[in-house]
Amino acid sequence: MSMPFYVAPEQVMKDRADYARKGIARGRSLVAAVYDQGIVICAENPSSTLRKISEIYDRIAFAGVGKYNEFDQLRIAGVRAADLKGYAYSRQDVDARSLANQYASILGQIFTHEMKPMEVEILVAEVGPARADDRLFHILYDGTVMDEESFTVLGGEAEAINTRLTDAWEEGFDLAGAMGAAVSALAGPDRTLAATELEAAVLERTDARRAFRRLELDERAALLG
Amino acid sequence: MFSPHDDPGPSFAELLRRMGLEPPAPASSLDGVLAITHATTVVAVRYADGVVMAGDRRATSGNLISHRAMEKVFAADRHSGVAIAGAAGPAMDMVKLFQLQLEHYEKVEASALSLDGKANQLSTMVRSNLPAAMQGLAVVPLFAGYDLAAGTGRLFQYDVTGGRYEESNFASTGSGSLHASTVVKLGFREGLSREETLDLAINALFTAADDDSATGGPDLVRGIYPTIATITASGFERVAEPEIAERFGALLSVLSAREGLTPPRRPETSDDSGEPS
Repeated sequence: MSMPFYVAPEQVMKDRADYARKGIARGRSLVAAVYDQGIVICAENPSSTLRKISEIYDRIAFAGVGKYNEFDQLRIAGVRAADLKGYAYSRQDVDARSLANQYASILGQIFTHEMKPMEVEILVAEVGPARADDRLFHILYDGTVMDEESFTVLGGEAEAINTRLTDAWEEGFDLAGAMGAAVSALAGPDRTLAATELEAAVLERTDARRAFRRLELDERAALLG
Repeated sequence: MFSPHDDPGPSFAELLRRMGLEPPAPASSLDGVLAITHATTVVAVRYADGVVMAGDRRATSGNLISHRAMEKVFAADRHSGVAIAGAAGPAMDMVKLFQLQLEHYEKVEASALSLDGKANQLSTMVRSNLPAAMQGLAVVPLFAGYDLAAGTGRLFQYDVTGGRYEESNFASTGSGSLHASTVVKLGFREGLSREETLDLAINALFTAADDDSATGGPDLVRGIYPTIATITASGFERVAEPEIAERFGALLSVLSAREGLTPPRRPETSDDSGEPS
């Protein structure tokens, strides 16, 4: 009978994390930022049909980077959880924080118990009635949740993009300002990103029930000037 | 999360079933045991720009009026509306579930259902209510919408078994529907304007209320008027209450002016003397 080799738990976790990070680094990055009238989410995505950004509920959006089928599964799970909660209780009881916690526990569970961790990073964003009520939750492949204040970057090159965006960031940006800063941070100093290579959506602080709106090509082009 | 072989897909109703949240049908007939609140007359009329949907505001429990300001016309999504008649509790739940079903599909699939797809969804819901309908909790909705692909308004009628019947010009359901649809039938012609259609719907509901005790007329004391909505290429839109009140006022003044020209009413009973009392 063959004996399995002993592997230290530290090593197991490290290998899994490396595996997940490698998978995430293969995809392109994504930025979410708070502007004066809501939250804009902007991703480098040449496909106009396979979406990285989508609507979860009235005031909540979802975005994912990494392996498409994995974050799409998480997106649908989020829509289901939100719609079920809104049906069982009330629409105003559905919030980003509890959804982020559910995602964190799913991802954490898979990271420690399954053969392979999910190669994704996801974002749960919620626009509130006032700026102070806006929420950005950034959730990692292992279930780590980060609560961000003004903007957050998901994906392989997050650190470099984050540094660039921190330099360009001004609190109280309007939509064009926030979008411009996000796109040039995504692009970096050596290239520019055209509106056709982007996917973008906003959560608008309006009285309408559904705050989520996709920015179509002509609007993206106009905002990037 | 579900595994691929038992995934409920984009259906919210199916998801509810999987989660065991579907309300059970009553085990025995409720008719005559409990007073069930019933909602009554609603109409839908196609016109030049789309469809007008209208409903009275009364809900009854047996011979009592239980609500005077009930809403029976709802937006199903951006380009469609649903109006209900029948047992109010299950009907409200059906509307809520239908709205969620359309939105859920749109979010999961990232595209809205076709108008036919929506009409079929509602048909499935009415059919799944059949066991409850057999116990006295029937719900019979109307569904109407603007078909963006065909560029026209379309409307659908249902029966308690979930039968779906597309009507070409107008449809009505509820206790006063016989009177209401007769008025619409006489006044309908192709290419009605928005204003003409609103007046037609108002006239239909007034006539239904005149002859059906379960249908509410305009409540001038409390300022409660039927709910009316238009569904056009630009979406579902409620007609503002002042406009409805004004149109009702115009109808009432026409009717009362006509009444003034007829000879005084005969007493509808007489005593033994044969003399008018």
